[in-house]
Amino acid sequence: MQSYVQIENAGMVFNTKKGKFTALTGIDLHVDQGEFIALIGHSGCGKSTLLNLVAGLLDATDGVLLLANKEIKGPGPERGVVFQNHSLLPWLSAFENVYLAVEKVFGRTESRKQLKARTTAALELVGLTHAAGKLPGEISGGMKQRVGIARALAMEPKVLLMDEPFGALDALTRAHLQDELMKIVAATKSTVIMVTHDVDEAVLLSDRIVMMTNGPAATIGEILAVDLPRPRERLQLAHDPHYHDLRSKVLEFLYSRQMRPKEAA
Amino acid sequence: MSAINATPENLSEILSGEDIVPTSKEASAAVSRARRPPYFETESGKRFIEGTLNLFKNTIPPLLGMLLFVALWALIANTNKSIPGPVETWGAAVVLFSDPFYNNGPNDMGIGWNILNSLYRVGIGFGLAAAVGIPLGFMIGRFDFLNRMLSPIISILRPVSPLAWLPIGLLVLQRAEPASIWVIFISSIWPMVLNTASGVQRIPQDYLNVARVLNLSELKVFTKILFPAVLPYVLTGVRLAIGVAWLVIVAAEMLTGGVGIGFWVWDEWNNLNVAHIIIAIFVVGIVGLLLEQALMLIAKRFSYD
Repeated sequence: MQSYVQIENAGMVFNTKKGKFTALTGIDLHVDQGEFIALIGHSGCGKSTLLNLVAGLLDATDGVLLLANKEIKGPGPERGVVFQNHSLLPWLSAFENVYLAVEKVFGRTESRKQLKARTTAALELVGLTHAAGKLPGEISGGMKQRVGIARALAMEPKVLLMDEPFGALDALTRAHLQDELMKIVAATKSTVIMVTHDVDEAVLLSDRIVMMTNGPAATIGEILAVDLPRPRERLQLAHDPHYHDLRSKVLEFLYSRQMRPKEAA
Repeated sequence: MSAINATPENLSEILSGEDIVPTSKEASAAVSRARRPPYFETESGKRFIEGTLNLFKNTIPPLLGMLLFVALWALIANTNKSIPGPVETWGAAVVLFSDPFYNNGPNDMGIGWNILNSLYRVGIGFGLAAAVGIPLGFMIGRFDFLNRMLSPIISILRPVSPLAWLPIGLLVLQRAEPASIWVIFISSIWPMVLNTASGVQRIPQDYLNVARVLNLSELKVFTKILFPAVLPYVLTGVRLAIGVAWLVIVAAEMLTGGVGIGFWVWDEWNNLNVAHIIIAIFVVGIVGLLLEQALMLIAKRFSYD
């Protein structure tokens, strides 16, 4: 069977001062085009490592990763990454941060005017037209994260990789951005892999939840299909028994079968 | 308006200053001026008071310090007759600065020429040090191999007193002028190398990850990420370096001669003109302060936090 993102028997071993540390082992995952995948697990379970493998920021020591049937070697703009701490360049305005990415991807084929239009459109998508000229230091954490999302989306990536994108935000801002992300993904039909530690976020946003076992040598413990109809409404889901059913399945996996080891840092 | 009777009931009102009654003389004056609120209770009046208070806070302590310094100086000058007092020195300074750019041959030039000559040497030596030191710092920061290769040499050479380099300079360059520039160069290069290198090493990994994900070209990485991220560190290095350079120039010129503030100090010592030596100390201090302040202003312009 052909999938968009294929991860075959991937493993990651780090060389540390204390010897070899096996972070991931035997990861098999197939993601279809347009699918929204959430990676969930306790901290230290290697979910960010797995995302970095797909991003190409790390090279797998075992196995193969494919994107659209091409092996992933090194990072590239066809895989847009939204970093946990936004990673905007503080000396560039919101517009310039996005433009840097747009220029890199489309600069060879499009005019300056088109590049600027793309940048403006990406900022509009995340509702930040008014803050285009602001430096990252002048806008709130939620806005910075939105610029980061705009930057990743503006590259029109084949797959959008998000590493706990809303982890550092307060609950209200997080809910707001989750709703916006759902709209954006529905509109752009993006393929998304998102790392999260928030069970509600995983159930609300994703088509499938990949639950990881505890490290070291973490692997995929279970994959849960979230067959809730879209578009999803946060408030309606709160009364949906099926939603609670799915939620408790994830919770059960995390807290009864993969109880976080006490000595883990 | 009535006189103040401090009863417990109205005490808080009085203390809050809501209705402070002026002293009787002012009160009658205020009444006679058709009950306009006294100036110090109006908005502009309050602002005036606040501004004045701030002015006092900012100027009184430094002025007091200066005054104390001058008093101490006068006291020392009084007990030791060979040291001129503040008044005498001031008089000499007025004469000196009334004609700063006279020229009676290489051994007798105005104070302005001496300062400019020293600044010129510092400029050349420091400029060369920046031209070599900042790129070197970038490379040391970027390439670990180079860092390991050069760090032992830098560690040994950095603590060497600047003047120890003078004989080498005289030997190799044969003349005094380039030798003093060489001393400036070698003593001011280290802060720039080390600060630039540590700036490059401290670039957050996030920024470099952005560069990797976007696949930016080396040129873009340099102009959009490395350079702006390191600039504040570079400027710190530059600031430290110019301080060192200005510190060293006086000593170097004392040894090499020529026209310059350091040589001038030595010349005046030979003339036993102590007032001029004291003036030179102030001039060196003030010029150094100005250099530092100018660079601080530039650094502030390029800080993004």
